[in-house]
Amino acid sequence: MNRARQSPLNTLAAHAALITWTAVALFPVTVIVVNSLKTRKAIFREPLALPSPESFSLIGYRTVMKQGDFLQYFQNSMIVTVASLALILLFGAMAAFALSEYRFRGNTLMGLYLALGIMIPIRIGTVAILELMVQTGLVNTLAALILVYTAQGLPLAVFILSEFMRQVSDDLKNAGRIDGLSEYTIFFKLVLPLVRPAMATVAVFNMIPIWNDLWFPLILAPGEATKTLTLGSQVFIGQFVTDWNAVLSALSLAILPVLALYVIFSRQLIRGITSGAVK
Amino acid sequence: MAFRPRLHVVVFLAPAVLVYTAVMIWPLFNTLRLSLYTAGEGGRAFAGLANFATLFGDPRWSAAFWNALGNNLWFFVVHMAVQNPIGIALAAILSQPRLRFAALYRSAIFIPTILSFVIVGFAWKLILSPIWGIAPGMLDAVGLKALFAPWLGREEYALTTLALISVWQFVGIPMMLIYAALLSIPEEILEAGEVDGITGRAAFFRIKLPLILPAIGIISILTFVGNFNAFDLIYAAQGALAGPNFATDILGTFLYRTFFGFQLQLGDPHMGAAIASAMFAIILAGVCLYLFAIQSRMRRYQF
Repeated sequence: MNRARQSPLNTLAAHAALITWTAVALFPVTVIVVNSLKTRKAIFREPLALPSPESFSLIGYRTVMKQGDFLQYFQNSMIVTVASLALILLFGAMAAFALSEYRFRGNTLMGLYLALGIMIPIRIGTVAILELMVQTGLVNTLAALILVYTAQGLPLAVFILSEFMRQVSDDLKNAGRIDGLSEYTIFFKLVLPLVRPAMATVAVFNMIPIWNDLWFPLILAPGEATKTLTLGSQVFIGQFVTDWNAVLSALSLAILPVLALYVIFSRQLIRGITSGAVK
Repeated sequence: MAFRPRLHVVVFLAPAVLVYTAVMIWPLFNTLRLSLYTAGEGGRAFAGLANFATLFGDPRWSAAFWNALGNNLWFFVVHMAVQNPIGIALAAILSQPRLRFAALYRSAIFIPTILSFVIVGFAWKLILSPIWGIAPGMLDAVGLKALFAPWLGREEYALTTLALISVWQFVGIPMMLIYAALLSIPEEILEAGEVDGITGRAAFFRIKLPLILPAIGIISILTFVGNFNAFDLIYAAQGALAGPNFATDILGTFLYRTFFGFQLQLGDPHMGAAIASAMFAIILAGVCLYLFAIQSRMRRYQF
């Protein structure tokens, strides 16, 4: 059928180009993780070599575990990410249902209002957000971060979820109404399970920016007890600039959780992007 | 049904609208309002456009502002000129029918995008560091050692180097979006072109490229918004002072320093609000330009 577009030479060139860029993309990560497992001497003498029995060392990881409170940071990041995602999904789905299901005055206007935040970054309002958090006593609490990330994630969540909810069959909902189900039951028991794939897409889209954000933890919750993993590793590395073993190990420890999440969710993420959810 | 209770509509909408209004929209407008005040003796005093007069009139402030804006523009230009063409090229290669390992390449190339700026900034700082010597060592292996310089430490190279690091990190996003757009082009159109003798490169430039222009438009505006509120990578790699000698200072780091203070200078929320308002105006202008001038004129094809 499309033989004209596929000569073996073309295929070879395609693979060569893709392998080159894949190498460029993976090289820095590999160098960091590999060298974190070596002694200081081996790091400098042969930075591109794999750790051998003589050069293998976990000293960097020991320093990190002793000095930094990485478990605490990791826990904070988990709490913030999971709580924000839960609120984005719950509130976003509820609002999306209201916008797509009911006709009421101001429906379109409300949709536009909620969509404003897709293009305008929330960081612009940081000065007043900090003031708000100071007034409400939420500075240096994880709740401040959760609120900010929820607000940041809602616009796109409402937009994507309402697109999907329009496709849920009216007959199903009306059958529920005839059976005497309340609107709440229809939403939670009938509609939500049907849009689960879209919810997963929204969750994956929001997860990575929230986990990786440096700006709001730095400004709203820089205290030791509320540091997220991103901020914690930034501060830690800043303090240990000259201890290469520790820096490389801290970087590797920061890479691993994200990489694990990616391996679990990459299918969902890529399907979400390529299914045109970002249009 | 004569009467339907509408309470549930309110209940469904309320949580999202409340959080969104209280934490996003209200602070946004409050920030714009705060830019019109200064800290006086007995608290906050209305000052009209005085902060903006300082920002654009005072030689020290205006020099810093235009420096940050110019750097930010260059940052954006590098992304548009390098990231998007590479992303389009990778997508075009990936979308070849029956290419083996396509899913594997796609996932691997997307990995840098999921890493935090902190990791990316420090990892590249170490790799480019003359102390460690990975970059000079590798250049030496291909006989180009003379080209090496401490790129992040030189005023003339540092910003471009950081922009290229950011390109390296985010090339996965244009790649994915263009890839999706290319896959949605129906086979019949390409076959019709083939019948007319348009294949290979000509097919890409004359058939596919016009069809994916809307996707390229979306990527451009996403890049624009992302670049003009960027902060994390510069902060992680160069610190709040965006050295050397402010050569890598962009609007995000300038806002952070002004608002939060650094070293001996105290933070000034009102000047910070003024800078944030300027950023808001720039981003709004870009988004409006896109929505009204570009997107509405772009031809969309229905398959």
